[in-house]
Order: sequence, then C-alpha cells, then structure tokens
Amino acid sequence: MKIHEYQAKEVLRKYGVPTPQGIPCFSVDEAVKAAQSIPGKVWVVKAQIHAGGRGKGGGVKVAKSQDEVTSFAGQILGMQLKTHQTGPEGQKVRRLLIEEGADIKKELYVGMVVDRVTQRVCLMASSEGGMDIEEVAAKTPEKIHKVFVDPETGLKDAEADAVAAQIGIPPASVPQARAVLQALYKAFWDTDASLAEINPLVLTGDGRVVALDAKINFDSNALFRHPDLVALRDLDEEDAAEIEASKFDLSYISLDGNIGCLVNGAGLAMATMDTIKLYGAEPANFLDVGGGATAEKVTEAFKIMLKNPKVKGILVNIFGGIMQCDTIAKGVVAAAREVNLSVPLVVRMKGTNDVMGRQILKDSGLPIISADNMADAAQKIVAAVSGK
Amino acid sequence: MSILINKNTRVVTQGITGKTGQFHTRMSRDYANGKNCFVAGVNPKKAGENFEGIPIYASVKEAKQKAEVNTSVIYVPPPFAAAAIWEAVDADLDLVICITEGIPVRDMIEVKERMRKHNKKAVLVGPNCPGVITPDEIKIGIMPGHIHKKGRIGVVSRSGTLTYEAVGQLMELGIGQSTCVGTGGDPVNGVKHIDVLRMFNDDPETDAVIMVGEIGGSDEETAALWVKDNMKKPVVGFIAGVTAPAGKRMGHAGAIISGGKGTAQEKLEVMQACGIKITRNPAEMGKTLKAIMK
Repeated sequence: MKIHEYQAKEVLRKYGVPTPQGIPCFSVDEAVKAAQSIPGKVWVVKAQIHAGGRGKGGGVKVAKSQDEVTSFAGQILGMQLKTHQTGPEGQKVRRLLIEEGADIKKELYVGMVVDRVTQRVCLMASSEGGMDIEEVAAKTPEKIHKVFVDPETGLKDAEADAVAAQIGIPPASVPQARAVLQALYKAFWDTDASLAEINPLVLTGDGRVVALDAKINFDSNALFRHPDLVALRDLDEEDAAEIEASKFDLSYISLDGNIGCLVNGAGLAMATMDTIKLYGAEPANFLDVGGGATAEKVTEAFKIMLKNPKVKGILVNIFGGIMQCDTIAKGVVAAAREVNLSVPLVVRMKGTNDVMGRQILKDSGLPIISADNMADAAQKIVAAVSGK
Repeated sequence: MSILINKNTRVVTQGITGKTGQFHTRMSRDYANGKNCFVAGVNPKKAGENFEGIPIYASVKEAKQKAEVNTSVIYVPPPFAAAAIWEAVDADLDLVICITEGIPVRDMIEVKERMRKHNKKAVLVGPNCPGVITPDEIKIGIMPGHIHKKGRIGVVSRSGTLTYEAVGQLMELGIGQSTCVGTGGDPVNGVKHIDVLRMFNDDPETDAVIMVGEIGGSDEETAALWVKDNMKKPVVGFIAGVTAPAGKRMGHAGAIISGGKGTAQEKLEVMQACGIKITRNPAEMGKTLKAIMK
C-alpha cells in the first residue's frame, strides 16, 4: 500500500525525523491560509500524488510571495500531472502540501528495502540526492553505500555513523544524521514497510539534517496489524478495476492490451499473458481468481474485465487441481449469460474433471471456443480478436 | 530415492484443526502411502483429541517424541504462521513445509534470522507454496496428486498452478517425476532454486530438471550460475512474466520488477548463457525437456 508524501512525513516525524513545517491542503483557499500560517519568505507548493517524478512534471513549485502561492496552487490543483511513473494519461492532483522553504547546502539520498538475498532490511545511502536511485545505481554504483541491518539489534550507532560519513555528512552533523537513520529504520520496522525513501535528505546551511521528501510503501500482508495506516489509503490514487477486484478477493492488474485473461494461480496467469504476446497480441489484464474460485467469483471477474472498453476477447485458462473444472465451467457459462457476452471467448481447461467441464461449455449452446492447451488457446483468441 | 520426502517420511500437520488444514490433510493421507506418513497434528487447545484418527498433540516437540515425526506441514493462518515455523524448526525437525499465503515479510525476516543464528538443521520450504510431492509415495501440500506419476524428472518452481502445468505437459508425453518442489511466491522464504537443484543433482533417481521461475528477485540467476559450474544433469527453464509491467506485484508478493531488476528477459538471458535450455513458450516446457533427453 502506498501513501502520500505528507502522510509519510507525519509517520517519520513521530519517529523523530525532522521535516520542514508543512500543511496538507485540498483547495487554493486552504493553501493560501496554510502559507500565511507558515513563517518565512519562501514556500514550496507540492502536488500530492502517489507517483514519483512530480518535480520534473511541473508538480512542485517554489513560491516567493503569497501571490505566487495562490497562483501555483491554482495551477497545480486539478492538473493531470504526468510523470515517468503515471503513464501518458497522468494523475489528477487533488491534494497539495504547502511547506516552508529550506536552505539547502547539500542533497543526499537514504532509503530502505527488504533485501531478498540476505533476507534483511537494507539501508541504502548516497551522496547523490535528488536523483533517481536506479540511475545512480546504474551510472555510479560506487556511490551507493549499503548496510544489511541485523533485525535483532536494529541499526547500530557505528553503522549509522559510518554511512553518514560515507555520504558526506560533516562530523558536527553526524549525531543528527545517526538519529535520522535510526529513526527511519525503526519507522520501517514498526510499520511493516516494504520501501522507505528520503530523497532528498538535506543538510541545511546551519548544519541541520532534514527530510525534504518522503515515500513509504507498506507490506499489504501486514496491514491487519496497522489499522491507523490503512486509514491513510487514498482510493483516488488507485486503479478502480483493481479496487473492485480486491473486494471479491481477486488479484487483478490493468494492462494495455485487448485480450482479457482469467486464470487460476499467479504464475500460470503470468504465463498465459506471455503466451498471448508470443502469438502476436497483448493482454488487457492480469487476473488470478485464486484457488477457491466459485461461480460467483468468476462472474464478478468477467464483469471487471468487460468494464475495460479495450477488451476485444477473453481467454480463460484453468488448471484444475483442488479446484474442479466443472465448477469453473458452470461459472463461465453463468457469467457469459449474465453479462450477455458479445466478445469471443476461448476456454482452456485441464486437470480435475476437465472432460465434464468441457461438456458443460459445449451443452450451454454459447459460442465458446474450446482449446486443448495454452498455445492452442492463445492462437485461437488472437485469431478471433483479429477477425481471422 | 527422491529428494526431501519419501514413503518413510513422518509428518505432523500444524493447523490440522482449521478447514484448509483438515481438507488437505485428508487429501494427503488418501494419496499413495499417506496413511502411514500423516501421523500427527498440533493444537495446544485440542491435545489428546484426534482428526479422523490422526492424534493431536499439544506441541511439535510432543509430536516428535510420541509420533516420531521428522517433517511438518503448516496451514496456520498468516498472523501466527511464522511462530509455527519457528516451533517446528526449534523442535529440530528435518523439514518444514509452510503452505500459508500472506505472512508479513517482517515475520519471515525474524524467523529466518533466528534459523541462521541458532544454526538449526531444519530445511524450510515456502511459505506461500504448493508443497512437495514424490509421486506414488507421498504428497505434502495442496497439489492435486492424481496429475503426477513416478518417474525420473525433477520439477522446481516458485508457483503452484504453473508447476501443475509443467507436470501436466510431462504426463501428456508419458514422462513421470522424481520429486516436485514448490519454493513459494514470497520475497523472503526457505529453499531457493539453487538449493533444490543441488538436491536433484545428488539424487541418483533424477535424470533432468524443469526449473520454472518468475519475475522478481535474483534466485533464478543465482541458480543458473551454479548450474553452469556444477550441474551434471540437463536443466530446462521457463520464466513467467515477460509481459508483466514494472513496479506491480503480480499476485505473488515476490513477483515484482523493482528498480528495473528481476525482469523475465534478464533471467532468461542469464539462464541461457549458463547452459540451461530455455523456452519462452510456457506450453512447451514438456516438449523442450523431451527434446534434450533423446
């Protein structure tokens, strides 16, 4: 689960990470009032969307007067902000963060992720702040310093101090940097984060260490123990079809192609998408109906897929194990009837009760195309969609 | 022979009193030699009772003492599953297979750290995996037993149904399996492809291996580099997720391309360079294996 920058900063502040004074706003009026209550001569108007790269897309502006705050807030609020992470259609800006300006002497990077090889939390830090860490990793990997944190001790003083020195924190500010790094680790651990980034972490003219930006993603599997974090979820930032699917315990991801896929199992679902591409078309979605799919779930899955106007055909690929093909077949027939299916449908079933399942499809009288294997299924749906 | 499990394995089920645990314990007990293998369950509140004749003990330690189990299978719900793993590991079982999906990553980080620090002998398979099957001897997990038959091909995969797909293709060609291992779809887990390949390499009854991977992490690359220098048997490989977009979790918690790393393309290239016979068509895993066995 993702949250906004201002929310991530609230989380980090609770753990003692210094951030600029800031106020989240939902309207231009609120933005103006916020700026009036924040002392100083410079304010930063920041679009709050979940995607990164907001600055380059024109979603972050420095205002040198109250008039400029008004003008920038008006420009940014409601805009379709396009960044390298939003896709070409962009994301509508509905929230702003108004912050005091900072006297930046140096921009640094600190981040944390779960490292799959060492199976520990990895602290990454770099003197190259404000840039994409992937870009730094590709061009100057020697500038990224890592610590794999022992979960039984947490981030040790010596480890934090060494990293601080490596990224160019002057000795006088090292104790502050240590506190920030340890607070970041504690926040990561306590909130079951999957990613936490402060980019940039800045050193100010007067030697303070401040988080100028913040990003935290949480492990969805751990949300059951964090109702306070779940309350931070912003559904406006998520894909409507994905939200709808999650209500029915379906794992769905929107893609750009025109062939809808309904599959049981995540690995097989990916493989099915790959097969469609192999035969010359593109999948419209990833959809795993899971191990315990019922007729009702299959119907909902069809409805969600068909809400996408790009879908010109559907491929169902089921390997019946514990889940029986005849049950799924009944679900597919019921769904096709309920939604008045008007696009070609290819069904491939294998495994438990597959013969019965195919018979149910055949007896339904619906124009369902049956396939013997994954390759056959993909070829048939690609042909049907391209009108061959 | 086979790897990890055989007809002499003695299994305790943790989570035997839940719906999932009961269903799959019954299915596993009814498969091949299962009646002699599934000899215990654990639930501290129901110790002394039984599940369809399988005695329930208060702890894994007690099950080990009284029923001489050496392996555990876990169906415990996610909030308590990591503690269940540790209980089985701490009882010094040989093998712990965790089926549970949805365990918080932090819990897995903690339990894995403890396993390393205490230098425990238990081998962990999973979590979020279908389990392990040695066809016609024993199945521990949720895979359908009837789609398998005994043979000499090893199968290792992170996914459930995609493993069944590979097995189904082998069966259509009349090819049986020595053992099939699902390592699971989570980012922090037990055995990885490399560990399972090592076991297949040492197993006199395995002639070749199908290795199925997916996007995310670098387990497949690590395994491929090991294969290049050490594997004495042919390996066929497939990676799911060529069409998966970056930054999105594709169902499995661990199936995510992050920071441009862990793409299917990258994995396939490394595997091919290391002498693994790859196929980009998931419908041809079986055929590809048959072709190299001639």
